[in-house]
Amino acid sequence: MSTPVAAGTLSASSPAAPRVLARRWRRRLAALGESTPATVGIVIVLAWVVLAVLAPLIAPYPPNANDLAALAHTTPSKAHWLGTDHLGRDLLSRVLWGARPVLVIAPLAVLGAAALGSLLGLSAGYFGRWIDLTVTRACDIVLSFPVIILYMIILAHVGSSAWNIIGVLTLTKAPIIARIVRGMTLDLREREYVAAAKMRGESAFYIMLVEILPNARGPLVVDMCLRTGYNVIIIGALGFLGIGLPPPDPDWGGMVKDTYGMMMVWPHMALVPCAAISSLVVGFNLLAVGLRELGLRD
Amino acid sequence: MTDGGPLLDVQDLRVSYTTRAGEVPVVPGLSFQLNAGEALGLVGESGCGKSTVALAIVRYLGRSGRIVGGRIRFEGRDLTTLDEAGLRAIRGRRIAMVYQDPMASLNPVMTVGQQLMEAPRTHEGVSGATARARALAMLAEVKLADPEAVMERCPHQLSGGQQQRIVIAMALITGPALLIMDEPTTGLDVTVEAAVLDLVRELRSRHRSAILFISHNLGSVVRVCDRVAVMYRGELVEEGPVRRIFTNPRHPYTRGLLDCLPTLGSDKRQAPLVPIAGQVESALARSPGCGFAGRCAHVEIGRCTSHPIPIAEVYGEPDHHVACVRADELARWTRRSGATVTHDAGVVGEPMVAVHHLTKIYEPRRRWLRGPRAPVRAVSDVDLAAARGRTLAIVGESGCGKSTIAKVLSGLEVATAGGVTLDGVEVGALAVDARSAALKRKLQMVFQNPDSTLNPSHTVGYAIGRALRRLQGLSPADLAAGVEHLLEVVKLPPAMAARKPGHLSGGEKQRAAIARALAGDPEVIVADEPVSALDVSVQAAIVNLLTEIQAARGATLVFISHDLAVVRYLADTVAVMYLGTVAELGSVERVFAPPYHPYTEALLSAVPVPDPDHAVARILLEGRVPRADEIPRGCPFATRCPRRIGPICDETPPPVQRFGADHRIACHIPGDELRRLQTALVEPRVVGR
Repeated sequence: MSTPVAAGTLSASSPAAPRVLARRWRRRLAALGESTPATVGIVIVLAWVVLAVLAPLIAPYPPNANDLAALAHTTPSKAHWLGTDHLGRDLLSRVLWGARPVLVIAPLAVLGAAALGSLLGLSAGYFGRWIDLTVTRACDIVLSFPVIILYMIILAHVGSSAWNIIGVLTLTKAPIIARIVRGMTLDLREREYVAAAKMRGESAFYIMLVEILPNARGPLVVDMCLRTGYNVIIIGALGFLGIGLPPPDPDWGGMVKDTYGMMMVWPHMALVPCAAISSLVVGFNLLAVGLRELGLRD
Repeated sequence: MTDGGPLLDVQDLRVSYTTRAGEVPVVPGLSFQLNAGEALGLVGESGCGKSTVALAIVRYLGRSGRIVGGRIRFEGRDLTTLDEAGLRAIRGRRIAMVYQDPMASLNPVMTVGQQLMEAPRTHEGVSGATARARALAMLAEVKLADPEAVMERCPHQLSGGQQQRIVIAMALITGPALLIMDEPTTGLDVTVEAAVLDLVRELRSRHRSAILFISHNLGSVVRVCDRVAVMYRGELVEEGPVRRIFTNPRHPYTRGLLDCLPTLGSDKRQAPLVPIAGQVESALARSPGCGFAGRCAHVEIGRCTSHPIPIAEVYGEPDHHVACVRADELARWTRRSGATVTHDAGVVGEPMVAVHHLTKIYEPRRRWLRGPRAPVRAVSDVDLAAARGRTLAIVGESGCGKSTIAKVLSGLEVATAGGVTLDGVEVGALAVDARSAALKRKLQMVFQNPDSTLNPSHTVGYAIGRALRRLQGLSPADLAAGVEHLLEVVKLPPAMAARKPGHLSGGEKQRAAIARALAGDPEVIVADEPVSALDVSVQAAIVNLLTEIQAARGATLVFISHDLAVVRYLADTVAVMYLGTVAELGSVERVFAPPYHPYTEALLSAVPVPDPDHAVARILLEGRVPRADEIPRGCPFATRCPRRIGPICDETPPPVQRFGADHRIACHIPGDELRRLQTALVEPRVVGR
């Protein structure tokens, strides 16, 4: 939120703004490199992003192609490095293709939740009184539902699609972000720079978005990173419950659902997508740990 | 125990911090000695390595700090090579520390008693009953009333001064040979500071502990110490007995520290403060010669700047050492002072800011299912006025309502009753949103905390530019020039515009905040404790800047402070506040001369004076400021007043006595009687009560 504003004024005063910004980002990345968890996290997450983007090029088979000949030997082989599933579909290709929806839905849902949650949290914390009461109560009510049942009810009504999943995740995660932002706003609104902004007649909207929110970004970014990891788990769970993305396109949770019955005979069929989910979640968590460690020092 | 040598012998101590930018030598070679039972003051600005030295002695440097050389001999052992077990046996038992923030040293979930008893029990293995008896005795020694009750309290139930007393009690309970005090009174109110300093002096004579007293304020050092060591850039620049340092300082830096202290006897017209120019140079870019050369008025390029300056004995003074090649050439230092000139400070024309019968009551929010809480009367029935172009100072301890007045003036709060006029317009009931653009432009504020006054996410240029745009309606094209101009007014280089507050020093941040306040070209500047969080040397520069700006622009300044010396220096009119009421109001000369309100008198006697020969009978205020629900019906000061005359003080609100046109005191004691009692106070003899 702050970047466009700050960049706007910087360009007014100094023509070298883009270079300054680039340098700042390079410095931040270098700082992240000093933290081991952050480095490992970045490597894992970036690896998955690259694999997902390149899936059409590097996947050895089309994701839904059945190799009936391989059904005799579904276990890993030269032709199928990670083996095939019970329908003879190449697991490696499916896992690679399956990364694509996850890596779109999870972050988009987090961005949605962050936008909605920040707005709610800022208003609740800044205005207080009945706005605060309404927002916190509403959040509490959403948070008191067992989320999986909530997902099942909503998705059963509106139907399951990528956009609907993003919508549901946004709605259920926004209250958590709202709470965090509200807590920080309660503290930040007492700062003297907020008083100074009021004294020059700034609007509440400006104070919330330009004076307060940028200073809440540290913990917010850490939390968003964690939430992205949790969203990966939830997307997997939705797939496992059969209310995830519609088949036959590969979806990690759905892959586990289709094959976990054969766990005793062919464990690799379920374990491969499970490992994919875990590694991505661990990646996001490590990144969050690293970010917290650095406290996003500026 | 010791072999007759000094208790603490620091030889060529070198400490470095590892940072991203590389190894930074913070202390490049420091030597000093401290004898048993002696008190040494370690003085210098922030960032000169004082605290690093203290931490190095107990080897608490943390992960990035490292002792790279030298020796620290304590009771015959070298602390730099001692193992963890050896250090544990010494820390807390032989060497105790008292830090600046008492709340950070006390465990919030343990009672005072538990914390006090911990040290004797772990270090000496004494029984619970013995530890308890010692804790009680110690609490009585640090003059806390009702030790039994205090033992059961948790730290948050005590005031800041009481907390610091407990930290001192904890430090002394094991009878340490060395007590290290790192800025123990910074952040406390003047009256509390004075009491704590007196306590330290008294305990010292009883406990025979040596004290290493670290402070940036020479005024507080003089009360406690035998010797003073002045540090600059991690090096010792001058060292000697207190009296010599204060009467005949030889190093220009020491002189600078003395010259920048406002004293009660001086004001801006007679003896302007002389701030030390520039700031401590970064430890990264260490020049080969004298560290102070870049800021020194007597520097001689070559002699001063080419090679390290050794510390040497001052000619004829064997116990006085100075690290300055020109020490013998400089003229003898004289205390900055001037004769008191009475000048006309009466109200000129109509007042720019007038506060009449102002009352502000905070209604606490009702708690569900529990009865209503008592409302807090922050300000009750206050009358004040500031003449156009003059300075009105409001002084008092924390919680006296001075900041509330600033908030009502600025519209951040609205008056509960009474009013405020700003240039004739009634604004007491107008919150800042309800004020017209012209009114907003007319009054701007400078805040107290340099770390929170600027938004850490925005550049200085953005902060000032935004104010210019909102208040002056400047177009984006003119912003850069406007920002540059304002930075020039507050004496900051134009390059500062691109920096974020995180990269600025406290003084620079406060300058930038002043620039932001000036953006609307205000007619009234309300400054709420603008210098209380700054080092003395920086404080002088900011105070001078404010007076300069005020004179140049003809602005009215409302200056809120707890520091009477600063107020004496820059104010025209002074209001002394206690518990939401004005105890005394008048022109600065009259307020600072008898008759005083007994509270003013106590505040004045508490001001640390950087002069070892200055012996004022101290009036110590016992007890604490009453809570909002304990305010006496009569005089608010009655519970602590050393001149209380009887039940009338508790029962009847004091009458306002007027002395001439511009001086009034709210007290039951007749003015002539006050003058008689207090004229005696100025004489150098102890006043009995």
